[in-house]
Formats: sequence, structure tokens, C-alpha cells
Amino acid sequence: MRLLTVTLLFLLCHPLHAAEPPTLTVYTYSSFTVDWGPGPAIKAAFEAECECRLEYVATDDGVALLSRIRLEGKDAKADVVLGLDTNLIAEARATGLFAPHGVITESLPVPGGWSDAVFLPYDYGYFAFVYDSTVLTAPPGSLQALVDGPSEQKILIQDPRTSTPGLGLLLWIRKVFGDDAGTVWEKLAPRILTVSKGWSEAYGLFLKGEAPLVLSYTTSPAYHLIAEGEGKYAAAAFDEGHYLQIEVAAKLASSPNPELADRFLAFVLSQGFQTHIPTGNWMYPVVELESGLPDGFETLVSPAIALSFTPEEVARNRKEWVQEWLTALSR
Amino acid sequence: MRRLAPGVLVMAVLALIVGAAFSGLLRESSGLEPGALWDDIYLRRVVGFTVWQALLSTLLSLGLALPVARALARRQRFPGRTLLLRLLGLPLVVPTIVAVFGIVAIYGQTGLMNRLAAGLGIEPVQYLYGLGGILIAHVFFNLPLAVRLLLPVWQSVPGESWRLVAQLGMSSRDILRLVEWPMLRPLLPQVATLVFMLCFTSFAVVLTLGGGPASTTIEVAIYQALRFDFDLGKATLLALLQLICCALLVAAVQAMGKHYPVDPTEGRVQSRPDLGDVPGRLFDFACIALVLVSTLLPLGAVVTSGLAGPVAEVLADRQLWASAELSLGIALMSSALAVLAGVGILITSRELRINRRRTGLAEATELCGSLILVIPPLVLGTGFFIALRPLVDVFTWSPLLIVIVNALMGLPYVIRVLGPPMTRVTQQHDRLCASLGIGGWDRVRMVEWPLLRQPVGLSLALCAALSTGDLGVVALFGSQDVSTLPLLLYQRLAGYQMGEAAVTALFLLTLSLMLFGGIERVIGGRARA
Repeated sequence: MRLLTVTLLFLLCHPLHAAEPPTLTVYTYSSFTVDWGPGPAIKAAFEAECECRLEYVATDDGVALLSRIRLEGKDAKADVVLGLDTNLIAEARATGLFAPHGVITESLPVPGGWSDAVFLPYDYGYFAFVYDSTVLTAPPGSLQALVDGPSEQKILIQDPRTSTPGLGLLLWIRKVFGDDAGTVWEKLAPRILTVSKGWSEAYGLFLKGEAPLVLSYTTSPAYHLIAEGEGKYAAAAFDEGHYLQIEVAAKLASSPNPELADRFLAFVLSQGFQTHIPTGNWMYPVVELESGLPDGFETLVSPAIALSFTPEEVARNRKEWVQEWLTALSR
Repeated sequence: MRRLAPGVLVMAVLALIVGAAFSGLLRESSGLEPGALWDDIYLRRVVGFTVWQALLSTLLSLGLALPVARALARRQRFPGRTLLLRLLGLPLVVPTIVAVFGIVAIYGQTGLMNRLAAGLGIEPVQYLYGLGGILIAHVFFNLPLAVRLLLPVWQSVPGESWRLVAQLGMSSRDILRLVEWPMLRPLLPQVATLVFMLCFTSFAVVLTLGGGPASTTIEVAIYQALRFDFDLGKATLLALLQLICCALLVAAVQAMGKHYPVDPTEGRVQSRPDLGDVPGRLFDFACIALVLVSTLLPLGAVVTSGLAGPVAEVLADRQLWASAELSLGIALMSSALAVLAGVGILITSRELRINRRRTGLAEATELCGSLILVIPPLVLGTGFFIALRPLVDVFTWSPLLIVIVNALMGLPYVIRVLGPPMTRVTQQHDRLCASLGIGGWDRVRMVEWPLLRQPVGLSLALCAALSTGDLGVVALFGSQDVSTLPLLLYQRLAGYQMGEAAVTALFLLTLSLMLFGGIERVIGGRARA
């Protein structure tokens, strides 16, 4: 009798079980997964070839993503984490929760090349000051010019304690001016209209005309040009170069589906993933696109010099540099 | 004893929730270093600024709310009064970032005020970013709230008082001094503490309109410790610091307040004799105009920019309706839970206050219920997350967790709104009920409900509005399926979609207005406020 029941149950369950494909869980930030982000198209493209289901779990942003992984530790349901950036790598590595990706990255056309065995780049961009060319006819041509500029011409920036671009500017100024960074911030202080919590506040204020310059990305004008047909926004090209932000994905050591996770990481560098990056995430793809970059991207500032610190340098100095920034701006 | 049980039960649950959250945080933290906090000069300055701006904001909001509430109480009939009162519930709903955009559209560099000034040939001035901006924003949020909380006072002025006033031919000034002020005074510390706590924990507004890191609140430091540094110990300490600062200040303010007066009869709105004179009339309408300008102009800017956006496309979006549904569900459930918990606390506190004469204990009970407000939702959420992770799948339960956190955030409002009328019911009807032998359900149905349905409606409406607009912990527990309207709004903003975000904000406002009006009408009965 028991045997019969077991057999019946097995027969009942088995076909269902066989029809249920494995599920790959990707933790990422919400602007990746929303309808207008690159996530849905990438999900469809991957599911078409993997015979699996791809499921996103979305947090606020890259920082929240790392917090979430730390909170969940080894119990994390995620197979892959997608959306950390170069400044978070050292701290993410220190958790010991990630496994090598096994993908060859030497030939990737990422500025400065890529050799990290754990974190795999999937897109990149540069921080820049964006301006409205109908309001500002002579934008600053360098960080130095920005610092020396007239104090009645205001700029909008973000707080490095709460926002990724804010931290980017902090590192940018530190990279260009080294130990003079503190004095530079003091000099820049009167030009700063306000320091916002996140990118959205500052960019929103900029679009409302509160200040002629806002800290954003070199690719921001592409959104206005391509999605809105509005060509008046531009990024100011700076002689010293622009600070680079590379976004990365990684496999969790505790991944329930390690083979599938490996397949996804390989897929990240394929055309099926990368073609959705420029107009989905408004960043640069990390491989040459067969179709080329979308029309409009050729109008963007493309920095000759990409500036960056190593993740370890950032992790070592971040607190001290933020303190320096606080001291300079709290005067 | 039975009357003490509900409050004790609610307090136990609160203690359990908060305790679980903090113990979760402490378990994962690498140790506490209170000494390091004390030595941090910047932090000491932050604490100073936090208290300073919250005090100023509270004084300003309340100072303006008193004449405005009085004007609205005196002018019971003018076109659009009911709508205006509902609109006053809206600033609570507006996500901070939308409010900031609305305020900037009026007071910013290229805002309405500066454009009007330019029309008159005056050079545009920059006055928004700094303490001025913080105060403007806090008045925008809190003046309407304070007005709504103060307004019911006039209803509780006994009918006899008005007859007496008429017989004696008292002047408007005498009425204020002898009739209205004694009624208002006991309520002021209550409203002041609520506004104070809201300003104390204000975060994005202070950072964005404050002009830079010189204007920062403790909440920013908590956010930084939790998010960027992942220093759970420091976040916990800062949250405790915030809790202690607020508890001390609130206790001090409440100690200054007197207790509820015992009034012999039920309040009935009577026509008052001091409505005719022209200066009084002008002053009243000037006050009403002030609240119109300070509240409705920024809200109007939100509406205008919403209408200028791609309305049809956003409304056709499936995600918008799914989020709206979830937001509504969460709002209704959390407001019901908040009112339930609030009533529990208040049953006990009024019993303590009136029948047992333990006023201090009663106030302490209410204070505990209110202080929840100053524990940042992010701290509560993270603590919950750690505490619950070994027990349940946190993400499956995330809507429930959001409901609980939102209900906790609504509790202080319930206590403020329902406290005074519930005390009054006991004062006026306890003996009658006892002598007639009315108790249990009969008492609720025949005595309490008819007298309390209006404040219950108001507190439900306030909590629901608050919850609809709250980003809270949704972002922390978010998954692909769980998205509320404020979250959707933030996602739009993060994806450059300012136009779509503006429409979403307008949709959120409309929905909340309908929700607010609906709850007030269905639960509160006919409009009488």
C-alpha cells in the first residue's frame, strides 16, 4: 500500500518536476530591472537560450545590494550579484562570499584593461558635469577651471556619504589634486548650490533650472537626445580626464546553481546582453557591439584620460577622504 | 484590570518588535564604541544642528498653525472649506523628493517667487538653500498637520461657554484668552512634540535644501553608517542617541503641559459672537490665505508638472496600477493596525489618567507609543531583517513587514488625534455608563463609537495617507513583485524619467486625496470638522 502511494505520488510529481526549469536568481538594483531598464530584454534573451528561468531581486542601488549580501551571508538565495561598482569591490571581496568567474577578460575594451578574477565588468561610464548649452555658452574646460570659476555660477553635487556619483567626484578631485584636495574643496565650496542625498535630487533640480551645472555622467546627454529628442544638454569635457566607474557582476560561492551562474556570467559579455546596455542603463558596453553604438552616442564627450584609484586604495582611504571633504565644506 | 490589559499588550508587542530589531542589529555588529561617538566633534555639531533646526521648525510651524486653525474654526462656512481641509492632509503623503521639487518650483532660483519679483523689476535672490530652505520645507510639511490636529479643539468648547460668551458680550481677545487658550494649551505640547520629532528625523530635505554637509541631521549619519560603512554597531548607537535626545526633549515639553481639562458637557458648535467685525474677518482670511500659499502653491507645482508630463502613457502602464493596488492595500491594513494599537494604548492611558490618577504613568505610556517615530525605518527594517532571517523567508513576508513598520510610524499620529477625545468620553460618560450598567460591546456601540467615529476617521485617514506616501522599508525588502507607488516614483527618477515621475507623483496625490476623503466620510460620518 505504501509502495503504491509512493509510486503514485512519484508519478504525479515527476512530470511536473521535470517541466519545472531551474531558476537563476540575480540580485541587482531596481533601475536595471524596471520596464524601461535593460533587465527585461536581457531576461528574455537569456531565457531563450538557457532553458531556465531568470529571476531578479532588486534593491535600491549598488550600495544596498552589497548591504543585502552582507546581511544574508551564506544563506543568500542569489546565484549572481549584478550592479556593484569599482568602489565597492574591495569591501565585497572582503566578505569572502564571492567565487571566481572563470571568464577571460584580458581583451575587454574597458579603459585601463581588466584582470580581476572574481568581479566581471558589464558596463562603464565616466562622471562629468552636465550643463544646458542654451544657458551656459562657455562651460569650464577642466576641473581647475571649475574650481576657479565665478562663485555666482552654481553647481549641484551629491553627498559622497550617501551617493555613488558623490563619492566619484570626491575621488576625482583627490586623483587630480592629491593632497591639495582639501584646499580645492574649500575653494569650490562657494560655487556649490547644494549637496543632495542622491543623484535624482540633484539632477531634478538641474532640470528645473536651479543651477547651470550638475554632477552626472558623460552619457546623460544621450538620454535626452535619444529618448526625448532634446539636444541642448551636454557634458563638459575636462582636460585632466574624467573619473571612471565600472559596474561589475559576480557569482556567489554559495550559488545553488553554479553551472547556470557561470553560463550567465559568460552571457554578460555576449551581444545578447551588451546591446541592451547603452539605451537601457545609459552606460558604455564592455565589448564592441556588432551593431555599433546607437546613433547619438557619437556626440558624447569621450574622455582621452580615464582616471581611477584601485578598489583597495578607495577602501583604505575613503573614510579619511570623506572626513577631509566634511571639514572643508563645513567651514 | 481589564482596562489596563489592551495597552499593556500593545506595549509588550512594541517592546518585542523594537527589541528584536535592536538585538538583531547588535548581534551582527562588530561591537559598540560609544567613546568614539562622543569624541567625534563633527557629530556633536550635527546633534546641535539637528536640535536647533527642529526647534525652529516646530516654533514656526506651530506659531503659524495657531492663528490659521483659529481662523478656520471661526469661519465655518466659505466655499471650498471642506476641500481645503482635505488638501491639508496631502503634504504628509508627498514623498520628500517630490515636495522638494514642488518647493523649488515656487521658491527656487527660477521659481515662481523670483519670477514674480523679476516681473516687478527686482533682482532674483537666492534664499532657499540653507536654514531658510529647511524651514520653508518643514513648514510646508508640518503647518497643515498642526492645523488639522488643533482644529478639533474648537469643537470641544462646551455649548454653555459660547452662550456665556454671548451673554457677557466678550470681545474676540477675551474669548481667546478665557475660552480658547485654556482648551488649546494642554494640546500644544502634544502637537509640538509630534512636529518636533518629524523635523528632528528629517533627512533628505535637510540635506538637499540645507545647502551642504554643514546642515546635517543625525539621521544622515545613521543612513551613512548603515548603508555605506555597514557599521551596524554605529548605526545602532546613533539610533539610540536620537531616541534619547528626543525622549529627553519630549519629556521636558510634556512636563510643561497641563493635563486635559474636565469639561462638563458635550461640545456643540455654536455660533460665536465675534465674527462680524471687519479687522477680524480680514485677519482670518489673511491666515487662510497664508496656509493656501504655503501648502497649496508647492502642491500646485506638483500638479502642474504632472499635467505637463506624458499622462496617458503613464496611466496606461500596468506597473502603475499594480503598485497602486499594493500601496492601497498596505495603507488600509497599516492604518487599521495603527488605530487598533493606538486605541489599545489609549484605553490604558485614559484609565490610568482618570480613574487611577496616575497621570505621569499615563503620559509615559503615550510617550513610548510616540517615540517609535524617531527610530529610522531603515534601522527598524534592517534589524527586523536580521532578526527574522533565521526564522522565515523575509522576502515572502515583506508586504507584512512593510505593513507593520508603517503601522508603527502611524501610531504617534493616532495617539495625538484620538487621545483627547477618548479621554473626554471617559470623563463625561464613565459614571453614566456605570450607573446605567452599560458595558462591553454595548458601550462601544452606543457611547464610544458615535462620539469617536470622527477622530477615528481622521486618524485612519492620516495614517493611510502617511503610509501611501512612505518609501519606508519597501526599498530594503524590495523584490521584483513588490513595488509601491513611491518606490515606482523613485525608480522613474533614477531612470531619467522626470516627466513620468511627475505624472506618477500627481497620481499618488490624487489617490491619497480620494483615500483621505473616502475614509473620513465613510468612517467619520458627515463632515463636521
